[in-house]
Amino acid sequence: MPPSKRDWRLSKKRMSKSIIINFLRFIVLVFIQVFLLKNINVYNLSTPYLYILFILLLPFEVPNILLFALAFILGITIDAFYDTPGLHAAACIVLAFVRILFISITVQKDGFDNEPEPTLSIMGFRWFLTYSIVLTLVHHFFLFNLEAFSLSQIEFTISRILLSSLFTVFLMLISGLLFFKRKERK
Amino acid sequence: MRNLLIFITKYNAFFLFIIFEVSALLIYIKYNSFQKASFINSSNEVTGNLYVRISEFKSYLSLKDNNDSLARENARLRNQLKSSLYADTLNKHKVTDTVYKQQYEYIVARVINNSTNRANNYLTINRGSKQGVSIGMGVISNSGLVGKVVLVSDHFSVIQSLLHKASQFSAMLANNKEIGSMQWGDNLDPHMGLLKDVSNNAVPKVGEKVVTSGYSLFPVGIPIGTISSLKTKGGGVSLNMDVALAVDFTKLQYVYVIVNKFAAEQTGLEAQQKKDE
Repeated sequence: MPPSKRDWRLSKKRMSKSIIINFLRFIVLVFIQVFLLKNINVYNLSTPYLYILFILLLPFEVPNILLFALAFILGITIDAFYDTPGLHAAACIVLAFVRILFISITVQKDGFDNEPEPTLSIMGFRWFLTYSIVLTLVHHFFLFNLEAFSLSQIEFTISRILLSSLFTVFLMLISGLLFFKRKERK
Repeated sequence: MRNLLIFITKYNAFFLFIIFEVSALLIYIKYNSFQKASFINSSNEVTGNLYVRISEFKSYLSLKDNNDSLARENARLRNQLKSSLYADTLNKHKVTDTVYKQQYEYIVARVINNSTNRANNYLTINRGSKQGVSIGMGVISNSGLVGKVVLVSDHFSVIQSLLHKASQFSAMLANNKEIGSMQWGDNLDPHMGLLKDVSNNAVPKVGEKVVTSGYSLFPVGIPIGTISSLKTKGGGVSLNMDVALAVDFTKLQYVYVIVNKFAAEQTGLEAQQKKDE
């Protein structure tokens, strides 16, 4: 059945709104990461990488190729400020792939109309907690291992991964609660 | 053929993942030798200028510390003035007719980007080739050795600091002049370094000063740190020791780039000797 004109207009409006929101989110997260979180560092062990929240919060409907392209652009932008060409990009691509797998396992396809974005307020606390923990751990695992590029200090690298993930997930939950919208959950 | 296309579209996420991941890793591996990364790094004019803005703002926050350290340096330099020395010998008639030629020149620069918490750390400073900085020059701060220049653009340059896996500087013990090589420690602590390959004859003591040897980019006697503990781990023919670094890399604001005026002459001569062998 073809969609009526009204529906089409509505979806078009929603799409442009979500493009603007995600664009702003990209800029704000990169700024926070580069000028604030880059300087935060607890005992050389725990460094938060909050910028991956951008990939986590992209809408469900985003096509795979666009998701990978956005992840790549985000990674390269962060790399430009961290002087590590390709490092964050590679970790972000892995993150995007795991996101696709995780969502295809845990979310029904036909529910997308009501639930446009995987945010804390829409998907509920339990789902979002597992989602953010799994994706953050995968991203940090690749990031720190690629950076160290050797297995000689593996205990040190693993403790960095775990403590940094803890910090990142903590910040994600805080930002999720900050922008919590109660009425959207059905 | 049709089945192949259906297969690829069905698992498009996986194939896209492979394509993007391989390209990202290629970039990472190719530009990992940092010097080639001339495009995406902080000497790039856009990110460089952004860093200048932020660092201008941040410099206000540490004015007090800077004033203190500059005042201390002033006092130290004042102590070296002739007017503050007491001439205790009267027969000081030796005429030093030799015209001293200046060998080292110092270019002052402000640190606009700094990292200490990664495995390989770099600084960006606001002086570049237009001000006379070029690749390979040594960099110090008022408290000691910082690193060397690895990348230069018109107005900015990037310094590979001592806190870098590949950094290695020639150093010596201040008292008995034993030569060693100065590196960063294994545990990524920005306040600790490692002095390696000191010969067994040396009897280093905890608390002894470590300074530059004058064999590399730096004038002799620039402080690096003090020995904090002796390690026997190296064993065999050489000694290793932990060094508490003199420079606090987390609070660097101003640094000096050292221009060695005779560097070209010296390297030219040494290259000639290598050719003859």
